[in-house]
Amino acid sequence: MAHVVLGSECWPYTGGQSEFEVEAADVRGLIAELDRRFPGLGEFVDRRMAFAIDGDIHQDAWFATLQPRSEVYLIPKIGGG
Amino acid sequence: MSETLQRPAGKAAFEVVGTRPVRPDGADKVTGRAAYGADFDMPGQLVGKILRSPHAHARIVAIDASKAKALPGVKAVVTAADFPNLASEIVEGGESASNTRDLSLNVMARDKALYQGHAVAAVAATSVAAAQAALDAIKVTYEVLPHVTDVLEAMAEGAPLLHDDLYTEGLESRPTAPSNVSRRPVSQRGDLEAGFALAEVIVEGSYRTAAVHQGYIEPHACVAAWSENGRCEVWSSSQGQFMVRTYCAKLLGIEASDIRVVPAEIGGGFGGKTTVYLEPVALALSRASGRPVKMVMSRDEVFRATGPNPAAVIEVKLGALKDGTIVAADVKLKFQAGGFPGSPVGAAVMTALACYDIPNFLITGWDVVTNTPKTAAYRAPGAPIAALGVESAVDELALKLGLDPIAIREKNAVRDGTKASYGPVFSNIAYLDTLAAIRDSEHYKAPLGPNQGRGVAVGFWFNIGGESSAAVHLADDGSVVVMSGNPDIGGSRASMAMMAAEVLGVSVERVRPMVADTTSIGFSMLTGGSRTTFATGMAVTQAAQKVVDDLRARAALLWEVPVEMVEWRAGAAHCLDPAKADKAPMSIASLAATAGRTGGPISAQVSLNAQGAGPGFAVHLCDLEIDPETGESTIVRYTAAQDVGKAIHPSYVEGQVQGGVAQGVGWALNEEYVFDAQGQMENPGFLDYRMPVASDLPMIDAILIETAPNPNHPFGAKGVGEVPIVPPLAAVANAMRRAAGVRMTDLPLSPPKVLAALDAARS
Repeated sequence: MAHVVLGSECWPYTGGQSEFEVEAADVRGLIAELDRRFPGLGEFVDRRMAFAIDGDIHQDAWFATLQPRSEVYLIPKIGGG
Repeated sequence: MSETLQRPAGKAAFEVVGTRPVRPDGADKVTGRAAYGADFDMPGQLVGKILRSPHAHARIVAIDASKAKALPGVKAVVTAADFPNLASEIVEGGESASNTRDLSLNVMARDKALYQGHAVAAVAATSVAAAQAALDAIKVTYEVLPHVTDVLEAMAEGAPLLHDDLYTEGLESRPTAPSNVSRRPVSQRGDLEAGFALAEVIVEGSYRTAAVHQGYIEPHACVAAWSENGRCEVWSSSQGQFMVRTYCAKLLGIEASDIRVVPAEIGGGFGGKTTVYLEPVALALSRASGRPVKMVMSRDEVFRATGPNPAAVIEVKLGALKDGTIVAADVKLKFQAGGFPGSPVGAAVMTALACYDIPNFLITGWDVVTNTPKTAAYRAPGAPIAALGVESAVDELALKLGLDPIAIREKNAVRDGTKASYGPVFSNIAYLDTLAAIRDSEHYKAPLGPNQGRGVAVGFWFNIGGESSAAVHLADDGSVVVMSGNPDIGGSRASMAMMAAEVLGVSVERVRPMVADTTSIGFSMLTGGSRTTFATGMAVTQAAQKVVDDLRARAALLWEVPVEMVEWRAGAAHCLDPAKADKAPMSIASLAATAGRTGGPISAQVSLNAQGAGPGFAVHLCDLEIDPETGESTIVRYTAAQDVGKAIHPSYVEGQVQGGVAQGVGWALNEEYVFDAQGQMENPGFLDYRMPVASDLPMIDAILIETAPNPNHPFGAKGVGEVPIVPPLAAVANAMRRAAGVRMTDLPLSPPKVLAALDAARS
């Protein structure tokens, strides 16, 4: 089970709950599971959030893999100048 | 596909990467031959001009363009009615998602003008004079509304509302009334109250910065031509031709493939050219007139109507033990977004404490709309503002505890294995080495003169990867063309050529790097976020490797050996088969010359979504001298150290560092948007908006730290263009504090403010 921590942007979907254990093999699976638990959250995180998996930030990468003990932080997508 | 690339096999040392070849764009730029956005012309083109709101906040009651359309030479007039009325929709366009409704309304106001300078109509005419006469003849009926430009006033109860459908996101529950606060991001860890209870010393401060502009030399410019067959072309200067294509297609309601965007040379962007202003308007005018339309902003328009960096208020409270260990931090970031939501406060929240390992903190941000131009990205968006507050507070903490400013930062520094304040665990960072480089520098030990102070500040930026495409083509003489989809705003053509040369084993002079238009290369996200050398560099490297694989395969055919018996080295195929030891190496030129007979042209294209960009850290050291009679301050010495992973072209990296410092010094000392009581910008020109020039600055010493190469990049590169602008605001402010003996908290630290502070301290 991956340990998932949601940024504050996601809290309106979860009622403020920010940490979860999620069974998923990759980012796409994680998005689907979040959407199943909190309808609408999946699309929101897909569009607005990046996935920091064990320290590396992944953006728009559905097939980035999760390990059984991965730690995943969802943070706002990062742009720049 | 998403992937990372391993370092090219068998490369113990680099032959091209890390050297300093002559820049490929240098000659054209210094001779004036380089073609920028305003340099392109088409037969029969018209002059496009924009009518802008004279009011900071007004309802547009009616627009009567009948007289303008009747004037001789006037070929078209467009207003918002000529654009689709888009619903609120988040689309991927530039680097990250944007709301196309807001983007459209910023390009052309529909019901309300939200800042002075907001576009309300546009004309195309046969001459500048005719276009100007047409603007003068358009009658706009406004209902002037109360306005607000200050971020705190915009947050206050009873402030004029810009958008009656704006409800704050990020609160525990949806608010019942609209406000000017679009969202409130939060980041927290531990128990803030318990942390402060543990603290033996507490410092608090409130800091402000004015809005500042990116200050690129080249104003926005484009030519647009809409053909009778519905297809169109745009020539423009931007940070991303694909961004221009996507946004124009959305805003005009046409297919992306119907627009070809040709990137012009770019005269600076710094984040300010990551969106569109003129291109959709020029296209609409071209569609209406049937003629090509050229539009070039004046400097006045650039200031009034394109995105500055936000003004902000930063409140910081730090709690620490007497040994300097920071145990609690409370940071509040209130950012001016301009007429539409979207300041970089989210990034500021994530970066504010990213250099520090603090067990208890709360960081809160507010994104606040105001009757000022919609803000746009500016190098490391949001991070310099957050750093101004945090680094000033850390400096106050050091002063209060009598600690060395480097030592207190080392004591609280993140390192490999530290969980970053924004979540993930750091790895392969060289922040401590970067701090040590400044601590051990000759500059840090040098004595100061009278009226001088020395400031230290640190900064962080994530850096990003993303979608990039590149192609490598061999000519029949073995020379190389590298195509990419990223405008070169900071030396990317040089770094692309160098990485290709390294893989191919040829001299960099044999590689011609080109920036392709949107019909000539696969999609690439725009140039920004310090991503191009990292992400597009990976695409170039992989494409070059594919070419090498092809060359080896052809040599194997010619030698009649398995491909495993062919090694590519020093720009030539070498036969490893002991039975054919007499085979002389085949050079890239000889293989290219026979390419037609061995399978056809040799080229490769790679498209990827690069992940694993390594973060950047910077430590800056600033010596500043005050003239106590006038309040004028001078930067007398500046050293900047930066964790760069591996510098592909060290001179360009040093240039990025020096450029970031120069812009940050201007931001700290002189630059600001000044608004009058009516919300009009009072200083929309370089005479009154004071940016530093070469004579204002000393030589800026750059120290490149290469002790932690990025393992996700074939040559170890990390992004380098953003983080150099993060520390300078605070480094200058901290130097000023130590030179003046008093803390000045309101940027810019211009001579009148400094003199007033000195006078107050004297009295």
